[in-house]
Amino acid sequence: MSINSVVKFIRRLSSLTLLLLGGCSLAKFPLIDSAGPIGQQEYHLILISFLLMLIPVVPVIVMTLWFARRYRASNEKATYAPKWGHSNKIEAVVWSVPILIVAVLAVLTWVTSHQLDPYKPIATQEQPVRVEAIALNWKWLFIYPDEHVASVNELVIPTNVPVSFRLTSDTVMTSFFIPRLGTQIYAMAGMTTRLHLMADKSGTYTGWNSQLSGEGFSGMHFKTIATSEANYKTWLEKVRQSPKALDSLTYEQLAKPSSHTPVTYYSQVQPNDLFAQVISKYMHGPTHAGSMTAHTLSESSK
Amino acid sequence: MFGKLTLSAIPFNVPIVMGAVGFSLLGAIVVLGLITYYGRWGYLWREWLTSVDHKKIGVMYIVLALIMLLRGFADAIMMRTQQAIAFGPNHGYLPPEHYQQIFSAHGTIMILFMAMPFIVGLMNIVVPLQIGARDVAFPFMNSVSLWLTVISAMLIMVSLGIGDFSRAGWTGYPPLSGLNFSPDSGVDYWIWSIQLSGLGTLMTGINFTTTILRMRAPGMTLMRMPVFTWAILCTSILIILAFPVLTVTLGLLSLDRYMDMHFFTNGMGGNMMMYANLFWIWGHPEVYIVILPAFGVFSEVVPTLSGKKLFGYTTMVWATAVITVLSFSVWLHHFFTMGNSATVNAVFGIATMLIAIPTGVKIFNWLFTMYRGRIHFDTPMLWTLSFLVTFVIGGMTGVMLAIPGADYVLHNSEFLVAHFHNVLIPGTLFGMFAGYSYWFPKAFGFALNEKWGKRAFWAWSIGFYVAFMPLYVLGFLGMPRRLDHYTNPAWHPWLVLAEVGAVMILFGIIFQAIQLFVSIRDREKTRDLSGDYWQNGRTLEWATASPPPFYNFAHTPVVTERDEFMARKEQGTAYEQPTEYEDIHMPKNTGAGFVIGVFAFVLGFSLIWYIWWLAAVSALGILGTLIARAMSDDVDYYVPADEVRRIEEQRYAQLAEAQQGGQGGDSNQTPIILVHQVQS
Repeated sequence: MSINSVVKFIRRLSSLTLLLLGGCSLAKFPLIDSAGPIGQQEYHLILISFLLMLIPVVPVIVMTLWFARRYRASNEKATYAPKWGHSNKIEAVVWSVPILIVAVLAVLTWVTSHQLDPYKPIATQEQPVRVEAIALNWKWLFIYPDEHVASVNELVIPTNVPVSFRLTSDTVMTSFFIPRLGTQIYAMAGMTTRLHLMADKSGTYTGWNSQLSGEGFSGMHFKTIATSEANYKTWLEKVRQSPKALDSLTYEQLAKPSSHTPVTYYSQVQPNDLFAQVISKYMHGPTHAGSMTAHTLSESSK
Repeated sequence: MFGKLTLSAIPFNVPIVMGAVGFSLLGAIVVLGLITYYGRWGYLWREWLTSVDHKKIGVMYIVLALIMLLRGFADAIMMRTQQAIAFGPNHGYLPPEHYQQIFSAHGTIMILFMAMPFIVGLMNIVVPLQIGARDVAFPFMNSVSLWLTVISAMLIMVSLGIGDFSRAGWTGYPPLSGLNFSPDSGVDYWIWSIQLSGLGTLMTGINFTTTILRMRAPGMTLMRMPVFTWAILCTSILIILAFPVLTVTLGLLSLDRYMDMHFFTNGMGGNMMMYANLFWIWGHPEVYIVILPAFGVFSEVVPTLSGKKLFGYTTMVWATAVITVLSFSVWLHHFFTMGNSATVNAVFGIATMLIAIPTGVKIFNWLFTMYRGRIHFDTPMLWTLSFLVTFVIGGMTGVMLAIPGADYVLHNSEFLVAHFHNVLIPGTLFGMFAGYSYWFPKAFGFALNEKWGKRAFWAWSIGFYVAFMPLYVLGFLGMPRRLDHYTNPAWHPWLVLAEVGAVMILFGIIFQAIQLFVSIRDREKTRDLSGDYWQNGRTLEWATASPPPFYNFAHTPVVTERDEFMARKEQGTAYEQPTEYEDIHMPKNTGAGFVIGVFAFVLGFSLIWYIWWLAAVSALGILGTLIARAMSDDVDYYVPADEVRRIEEQRYAQLAEAQQGGQGGDSNQTPIILVHQVQS
């Protein structure tokens, strides 16, 4: 049985489970009703591991309740073997069942960790949309380097086109997370992390910083609008009409702490390498960049 | 003169905080007033505060744990209430900076000042008795450990009224916990309370490793040790290996904060990822430091209350040892989303799952201990059953989180919060409650009230499901943890439901308080005369009186069997009175531990507020006390054989009384004495 047929089976099973959930509307569960391939794969992974884990968990719960009832002190009919404390057969079973399940899970983990590596580009023919995300106190700045525009707290992406994120932070450690699209990744000052996502359904999805970041943390969310290629282009035009430009001075103002910052568009980003400059401002002093994990610190190899 | 400390550090204008301060102060004043009213200061000082008796130190640890459970739970229900109401236009009753202090304090307190003292308390009471020792290897150091833990908990309580507590979460990740983003004294309270108590815990680890390795009764080989003692040995080794990492990590963070260094700051070569690694290199073993002792408790409760030998002793020991080793190889699973390579993530994910194997084996072993037993549903057994059913669910979600691909969407969500409460509450806390009710008659000579115990059990168990299952759902609804306000209407009903669960748990705690009161009031009804309260005690702690004499055993027992006391009962030798007694060598009580604690409190407080002269004075005070103690030769004494005989004769008179009270009274035939007075 190939992984694909397993996935198909699981998919059928999952729609059944969801039917059982009855009244609950699917759209309410961002992790289940995922709007992109990454999130869908992750949901199936959660479901497969859940079902695999039920193999030991259900018998344990049943055995606990059954043994407790069967061998209650008042039940004189049940066998009583106070000296019995060892059985090679049972030992063999209780070691081998968990080992087998973990072996299956280990293979699954190895394969999916590589498949779902956030740094791995999504394989499509479409040219990905590039976005540079900067975490600020307490808002997100999105720079579209190929379009030379930027927006605050609103991320617009075309559907069925991969989005290639580069992320950093100009404040504390943060985590960039759009639950309906899948994978989250930390954004940290002085470093770049990378993430690839794609939406295959149009809609508006909330994105978060899920890592505690101080006073305005709870308000540090943004709208992700996944829409058609044409609407995306229209949106870009709208942003280009904005009277505001993002230069170093505007950026300094923007970077100051503020919460519930309204959506703002910038028709120009000057300097061009603002993202790199935000990173490099933490590179002064006696850095030991060479000793850090190359994977995280520098995207030059990617 | 007073460093950063000014009158403005006291938040007179915040009614909620002042209410909490008033409530805590009132509690303290009532307790101190009662002690004064009954003129018990002398007794308290002589018998408790200066005691080096492991049993009394254990009791004081558990008193601390129960008090801090109240504080930690007050934090919990405040958070639940905030999240239940802070929806849409309503911002709740807690501003973010206050809410963030509360969840930071909740996590710190529940792990380090509730779970840890509870565990150390139980190990103190039980381990020396189980291995047939008179006390721990270093009784004075034990007293220092206790007082360092107590004063650290007090530092956290003081942060309520003077200054703030940390707002950086219980993990205190920099740069948020650094001086730039947290300039006030909150993080310093967090640092110094953990540093000082951590020192105490490290000494406990050293003490118990030495005690278990060097002070077992003759004949008690390692593979004859009770499983609880095995669990504590592994825990102590974990403490010795893990706590220094925490000390160093917080030391580096202090250097960042106090000396403008840059270990973990943004820029200047600081690396916050290093902190995450170091913190969890302590933090993950810490998870097993709090769970292994609970596993040990279950391994004692199940055989005793099933009237049966433990199934698979050797496997149980090996599983514990394997968990001990593996616990150091999984820390990275706390940050799969930090940009590690796929291979690194996969390796740590698989390493994490490996721990499920020995853990699963343990669960099956408890089940097969119940199998073909005669199970008595006293409260310790009920807690154990609830643990078995609930813990496997937490284990299941733990394995799910161990898969990096799944963790990418579950990390930092309410699902994660549900998971770790789902392992720590049934695992650690129910384990501690099981141990508390199981060994209470041993420590005090009378039992806890079963009726109220069962009510507490049901309130806690059902309350747990109502409070935490909704959080799993919220994870799938995409809710991040630690929010003080939200606008998503889909989350609201689940958070209200979780609040209902928290209220049910509140009733559980109230029932436990009533249980303690009723048990003390009715103590004559549940008096344990035999020392073997559960009648099926298997290990040595049940061989001596309840409560045990301060020297534990008149003669050091000679061990020939794994379940030594059960074997003696079967051979009919369990209650033979020796004809000869000898002098017993015991440590003397000392106030030095308490004095060091007081100085350490002042040291911690002055470091938090940058009062350097006072810090120097109190550091010198600690050093001076230690030197004075080290110079003293008056640290031990001998209990004369006649005194031992007098105490032991009382014990045997009590035993005779117990036998008459028992059924039949044919004590030659059935050496197991039936004195367990069953309550309705």
